[in-house]
Amino acid sequence: MVPVDYYIILSAILFTIGAMGVLIRRNPLIIFMSIELMLNAGNLAFVAFSNMYKSFNGQIFVFFVIAVAAAEVAVGLALIVEIFKTKKNINIDEMNSLKG
Amino acid sequence: MTSELIVFLVLSLVAIAAALGMVFSRNAVYSALFLVLNFTTVAVFYLLLGAPFIAMSQITVYAGAIMVLFLFVIMLLGVDSLAPSKSLPWQKPLAFSLAFILVVESVYLLISRAQPNMVVTAPDIAVNSMDNLREMAMTMFNQFLLPFEVTSVLLLVAMVGAIVLTNREKVGRK
Repeated sequence: MVPVDYYIILSAILFTIGAMGVLIRRNPLIIFMSIELMLNAGNLAFVAFSNMYKSFNGQIFVFFVIAVAAAEVAVGLALIVEIFKTKKNINIDEMNSLKG
Repeated sequence: MTSELIVFLVLSLVAIAAALGMVFSRNAVYSALFLVLNFTTVAVFYLLLGAPFIAMSQITVYAGAIMVLFLFVIMLLGVDSLAPSKSLPWQKPLAFSLAFILVVESVYLLISRAQPNMVVTAPDIAVNSMDNLREMAMTMFNQFLLPFEVTSVLLLVAMVGAIVLTNREKVGRK
């Protein structure tokens, strides 16, 4: 028997690592991966609470979050490829103009 | 100490190590592979929590589709490791302290709101059978039918958006 608190603590730690990755990395691909990690930590908390309350609603929410993450990744990677085609570089510090 | 707790502790160490490796490795391909490891361990957590359908979708959608897309883009752009730019010297210490504050306050808030002494029940045989999937499908297609359809529209919009974004030059040339 695992206390549900452990899952919540693990989820918080994973979320924080993701947030830290967004703060310290300069590669937009790594920043995207960190965002995926944060979404994943949220999903873990959803499933833990779903098990705790014996309700399926948490798992349904995880399903929607996975769909939103897939959509976000498709659009975001298309943007990164397009920025790379224009600037020949994807350093996040040089993405400072909206109309490049 | 039950076997379930041992599995949880070992896998949580693996998950945290993989997440840290994802953030701190210099090579983007290594980061992607560390993230695949993290997603797989989280899928095992879903199995422990009695959510087999979510665990399988996690592996197929995240570890399969999304990470393959990431690896495609990393190798397409050929930017495995960026040249180190002159970074702000106070950025890392500030990020670490902010992350520490975030983990403390999120753990405190979640724990103080969650009902204490609740344990996660192990998936019994009934949960692992098809009944689980049937119940979940009934909930999704009765109670959550409208959000489900909105999600399909969202995926369509994302697909159209990705095509339009990467196809811009051809449209402009006409």
